[in-house]
Amino acid sequence: MSRLPNLFVLALGITTLLLGVAYGVATRYQMAAERQVMLQQVAAVRPQFDEAKSIDEVPTTTNLADAEDIGSENRIATDRDAKASVPAPNSLRRLGIGRPALPAEIAAWDVDIMPDGHGLPEGRGDVETGEAIFSDYCASCHGDFAEGVDNWPVLAGGFDTLAEDNPIKTIGSYWPHLSTVWDYIQRSMPFGSAQTLDEDQVYAIVAYLLYSNDLVDESFALSHENFADILMPNVAGFVVDDRAETEYALWRKKPCMQNCKESVNITMRASDLDVTPEPIRLETSTTHSDGEVSDKDIVKNGQKVFKKCQTCHQVGAQAKHRVGPHLNKIFGRVIGGLEDFRYSQVFDVAAKEGQIWDEESMAAFLLEPRTYFQGTKMAFSGLRTADEIAGVIAYLKTYSD
Amino acid sequence: MAGLTRRRMLGGAAAATGGLLSSKAEARSPDPLITELQDWASQTGDGVDATPYGLPIEYERDVIRRNVPWLTADTISSVNFTPIHALDGTITPQGCAFERHHSGAIALRKQDYRLLINGLVENPIVLTYGDIERFPRETHVYFCECAANTGMEWAGAQLNGVQFTHGMLHNMEYTGVPLRVLLAEAGADMSDQNWLYIEGADASSNGRSLPMAKALDDCLVAFKANGEALRKEHGYPVRLVVPGWEGNLWVKWLRRIEVVAEAVESREETSKYTDLLANGTARKWSWVMDAKAVITSPSPQAPIFHGYGPLVISGLAWSGHGRITRVDVSLDGGVSWEIARLGYRGSDKALTRFYHDIHWNGNEMLLQARAIDETGYVQPTKSQLRAVRGENSIYHNNGVQTWYVDSQGVVENVEIT
Ligand code: HEC
Ligand code: HEC
Repeated sequence: MSRLPNLFVLALGITTLLLGVAYGVATRYQMAAERQVMLQQVAAVRPQFDEAKSIDEVPTTTNLADAEDIGSENRIATDRDAKASVPAPNSLRRLGIGRPALPAEIAAWDVDIMPDGHGLPEGRGDVETGEAIFSDYCASCHGDFAEGVDNWPVLAGGFDTLAEDNPIKTIGSYWPHLSTVWDYIQRSMPFGSAQTLDEDQVYAIVAYLLYSNDLVDESFALSHENFADILMPNVAGFVVDDRAETEYALWRKKPCMQNCKESVNITMRASDLDVTPEPIRLETSTTHSDGEVSDKDIVKNGQKVFKKCQTCHQVGAQAKHRVGPHLNKIFGRVIGGLEDFRYSQVFDVAAKEGQIWDEESMAAFLLEPRTYFQGTKMAFSGLRTADEIAGVIAYLKTYSD
Repeated sequence: MAGLTRRRMLGGAAAATGGLLSSKAEARSPDPLITELQDWASQTGDGVDATPYGLPIEYERDVIRRNVPWLTADTISSVNFTPIHALDGTITPQGCAFERHHSGAIALRKQDYRLLINGLVENPIVLTYGDIERFPRETHVYFCECAANTGMEWAGAQLNGVQFTHGMLHNMEYTGVPLRVLLAEAGADMSDQNWLYIEGADASSNGRSLPMAKALDDCLVAFKANGEALRKEHGYPVRLVVPGWEGNLWVKWLRRIEVVAEAVESREETSKYTDLLANGTARKWSWVMDAKAVITSPSPQAPIFHGYGPLVISGLAWSGHGRITRVDVSLDGGVSWEIARLGYRGSDKALTRFYHDIHWNGNEMLLQARAIDETGYVQPTKSQLRAVRGENSIYHNNGVQTWYVDSQGVVENVEIT
């Protein structure tokens, strides 16, 4: 049974001559009834097949050679595939699929800024305003002076380091155009709540970043009008890919095969650094009691959901404040109650009233943060389902003692 | 520390060979796996539908993507690596193909998907997911390599595992609509000097400028990989495929294509994905991934467990300039080379699998592989690369990799003269 479909599929792809071969081979293996079925199927595909051939113009002899070699030489099978795949028709007329884009739709998404500033909206912002916004929305990751916290990107400094052993590539030392700064911040930052800043805020932040890179003084204000006047220090620091001349010309040569070096010495071993993640061990036993599982699953689910919070909140022994406060022992904690975190006004008020986080208030807050605490700095639209909320609550509880 | 790592790996190798590195294993007593009735030969296994969508069997649980935690501040803006040390053939299963996100993998439903084509076009259009499936489509196999693959190795041997040194790589069979077909539908100005600005729907948007000639050549707007829907982490429901060019251009969750008169110079093509040279200037628009080969086994995560005798050396080769035509293997750190057997010659800009079958007698080896592509480009050594670029390029490191194999079969990532 199994041979028939294979031969049949084979025959579909190639020429009449091959069909003869397939047929001949088939008779050796197939019973009369099956042969009958195959002949009917072949007859059924003949017309399409001839049509396909006239488009493809594959020479018969090549195909015969392929047919004989199939199964023994992948190389030939690949050649056959290459010829058998025909590009999609390149229609010169429209197919009429889709619909015209509306101006408002284009305006909503077409927000990129060109190097000459084309595409910038009107607006204005100064260094001082920028500093305040930066400290609220950006400094937790990028540092108060854009110097970078932990492993987060450094945005300022690094001048004259590009040719050194440890170059520091920042907006000031490396970026060729100011347009890129504006464009990137308005579309992708702050990390975790992108596209929530308005135009003036972005102008102000960009002004502040110029200031922290010593490119303007503290009284500077940036706007769509003076934007094009700002020239970035490293604008001439880039060359268009020149590998064709500097590398390919050298390396497209017949390679050495014998006695290519006098001696070989090991100069460095990865194990000296020892920074490779540990190998995974396959454990042998995975039994657990049934009762535990469901609780565990809720916590596990909560841990997943918490990824949404992780850009701004940490939990655990090493937890520090990020954009939001750490969330250890949150249940029973006074709302807005951590001394060393700068809360919004509504949170300060709640703290003064001595409100306490419990499951109920947490569930309501997480569903609609900005409704529950109007004016909160927590730029998060809320969780969608009761399961997500229950999960996060269960997960946070594991950090409660 | 180094000694510890070594002993641990050695312990593993020794245990697996029963402490005897001999190719002749003589049976002293009958093997109970053969002479005794085993449960699986008597009882029944799982029925159909036990796993309606199958995962690898639990014994393969270690063949998974891994990340290097100290590399990035947060997994949301990070990368992980394909376990190429444990794969063979050329197609990468989607479930273990590396991920690189700039603001996390978003969940975008087909019914919420929109593609806008605007800019220098006669008819700015909006396409739904359903619309995209109505255009003529093609199917091709292509490799996707992150420009930063092997980027941690510029300053010397650092990570002990081919998964980590070369695993920002996958190779899938993509089905999608040629980009040129969509551009024609919008009536795009396809002049050679024009560019496309390509954008994703996620918060990073990962905008990149693509020259028109490439767009008209072989780019695909893909919605299937290896026969099934793209995975969320690879841009479900629609991503751009830019064959042979750095992975960052393969914009995921593709939402907008704008025809523009010049490059936008977005963050991903200025601050990132530019290659700093020793003199302090940087190359921009270095899109093509040059030819590269690497031995995937033996390698640090895949030491030689079986003792002396027949040994299969296996690896991958690829080139963004076209097909791989030849791979050479050296056992002595590049003093002498032999031509490897192409076990599966990949097509244009797709992975090729090579094998080199040797008889290993326990000698120490310095294994290397070098790729040669259809343009005659011969993969350079790391010192050749450093001589031209210095050590601060981060991206496009395609220098020849060396694995040191000791007499016990333990393998280590090393740099040699
Ligand atoms: C929660 C942490 C976090 C916050 C808050 C944050 N960022 Fe970022 N920022 C990041 C991460 C992570 C990246 C790198 C993203 C990537 O991988 O593409 C980044 C990248 C950047 C870059 C590009 C850096 C480079 O070298 O290419 C700029 C500019 C930037 N952020 C500005 C800002 C500004 C302005 C704000 C405030 C409005 C802000 N960020 C808030 C985490 C943060
Ligand atoms: C974009 C950043 C961001 C994200 C994402 C975020 N938060 Fe917050 N969160 C904040 C900030 C900022 C505050 C401080 C609120 C204020 O002062 O108005 C806060 C406050 C809180 C508080 C009150 C802390 C206290 O000391 O009273 C809780 C509880 C909380 N967040 C939980 C969560 C949970 C759970 C998630 C995820 C489901 C989350 N947050 C997601 C930024 C964030």
